[in-house]
Amino acid sequence: MINHIPILPLLIPLIAGFLLLLFKDFGLKFQRILSISSIIVLFIVSLIALSEAIDKQYITYILGNWEAPFGIILVLDKLSITMVLLTTVVAFFALAYAISENIDSKGANFQVLFQLQLFGLNGAFLTGDLFNLFVFFEILLLASYSLLLHFSNKEKTKAGLHYVIINLVGSTLFLFAVGTLYGILGTLNIADLALKISTLDKENLNIIASAGLLLLVVFGLKAAMFPLYLWLPKAYSKTSAPVAALFAIMTKVGIYAIIRVHGTLFGEYAGELAYYHTTWVLVIGIITLIMATFGIMSSKEIKNMVAYLVLASVSILLISVGINSKDAISGTIYYLIHSTLISGGLFLLADIIVNSRQSDLLTQQTPKLPNARVVGILFFGYAIAIAGLPPLSGFFGKIMILYASLDNQMYPIIIGTILLASLLIIISLAKAGTTIFFNTLITDEPLQNNIAKHSVKIVAVLLLIAPLMVIFANPITSFCNSIATDIFNVNGYVNAVLHKQIIGG
Amino acid sequence: MEIIISFVIAVLCSGGIFLILKARTYPIVLGLTLLAYAVNLFLFAMGRLNINMAAILKSDVQSYADPLPQALVLTAIVISFAMTAFVIVLSIKAQSEFNTDHVDAKEDTK
Repeated sequence: MINHIPILPLLIPLIAGFLLLLFKDFGLKFQRILSISSIIVLFIVSLIALSEAIDKQYITYILGNWEAPFGIILVLDKLSITMVLLTTVVAFFALAYAISENIDSKGANFQVLFQLQLFGLNGAFLTGDLFNLFVFFEILLLASYSLLLHFSNKEKTKAGLHYVIINLVGSTLFLFAVGTLYGILGTLNIADLALKISTLDKENLNIIASAGLLLLVVFGLKAAMFPLYLWLPKAYSKTSAPVAALFAIMTKVGIYAIIRVHGTLFGEYAGELAYYHTTWVLVIGIITLIMATFGIMSSKEIKNMVAYLVLASVSILLISVGINSKDAISGTIYYLIHSTLISGGLFLLADIIVNSRQSDLLTQQTPKLPNARVVGILFFGYAIAIAGLPPLSGFFGKIMILYASLDNQMYPIIIGTILLASLLIIISLAKAGTTIFFNTLITDEPLQNNIAKHSVKIVAVLLLIAPLMVIFANPITSFCNSIATDIFNVNGYVNAVLHKQIIGG
Repeated sequence: MEIIISFVIAVLCSGGIFLILKARTYPIVLGLTLLAYAVNLFLFAMGRLNINMAAILKSDVQSYADPLPQALVLTAIVISFAMTAFVIVLSIKAQSEFNTDHVDAKEDTK
């Protein structure tokens, strides 16, 4: 059983999805129990896989026993299993919220799509093959299209149309990049590609460089980097809250793919191409952060603001991937865990606020919220966490990244932008909080409490992650450091997959 | 042959991009299909253009065509087919909800 552990995170949601379809007639309650138990089993399996990955560093799973680079391979290491674990945690809270608010009963097959979304995400994290990454991207996209449009209204259809079309164009670009790489290098296994690029002829250098940048565009589209972020605010703010919370991990798939594919292919052995993509990522990250901050400041709707906050956290991740040092990548992992969970929770909280105010507009005065005290405290906590103020985890993630940026030539720009953006984000959040909780209409009739009692608890529990990540900062940072060491050890990855070493550098 | 193939891919690509930029759902569906054709041809050509070569590896065959691009193209065709079907349904839904086929649900002001 333990030999098959890398494929279990794929099989569990896939089988659960099929079972949900088969036993559709057993009713909503059965579906909910099956769906939640699938995620719990997935969580336990991921924990076991994590301890295995810490033990053995790399675990490869050769599908159909076709040796790499000929067959398809799954690679389980600390980075990929951390992402799987993170997905599982976000999915658990999103699903719990969907059940508590009865969102899954509003249309057909919500639970099935949810499980297939997890299947696609886990596959994208675990695969060691570029074409397989494309296939899993398509699976997670197809599930995400349907989830986005689930129980749809006009606004959702419009946002969904943009999202679907831009991602279809992105898929085409992905295939062009894959084709170019295969045409020159004759392989699509990520480790084998890294091996072949290390002995690349000079005449093919530019073609591979352009294919790499084309891949960066595709991953940048997923991660919503400038100028490909315009679909994100609408899509994320118009869809239902649990789906938006799950989508908090979707942008991170792009970041993961940049770290995994570009970090391995264009690592230290790639000769002239070594880390040539990082300058692009860094500069684009800075521009994205500026645009995201403008977006946050100009948002007139709560959910729109949260969508731009997700964009801001993605751009900070892009910046730190662009800095590209061991400390920066370690900070990236820490901030990634923090920002995924917190922005997911923030979407759920925004939904609670919007539902109790019965208005998404920040410009509109409403009577006092029915559960203003609890929701207000939660908003305060989430705002501190997402803006990166002490004492919560966002602050420590940012400190790690800012500290790492000191080694980079562009450090005045990086530090200046991040700090200024943080200040503006804090001001906007404070303004939004004041409007929602203090600038209320004085009426005799307070608003009706239409929030299920568990929903607020779910959001509150998710916020606990932030102080926990501070309390256990030392073990988590040392874990992040070891992941960063693995990422820069391209030879370790190649050796684990192909049992060969890249010579020279 | 190389020139013809690259010319065909270029024409399909430019046609696809032109149609997508029209910002109306029906041309976009056509444009995405053209782009999918272009990328399929491109993937095919990446196995190098050969004549008179066996498709599958046999014991007595000395030279054979690269089978992997064919497998990739097959997968890409299936996926793009599914995606096209999805985007068509979505377009019909958008058309019926907005009474226009513009992607921003507004008519051009001329």
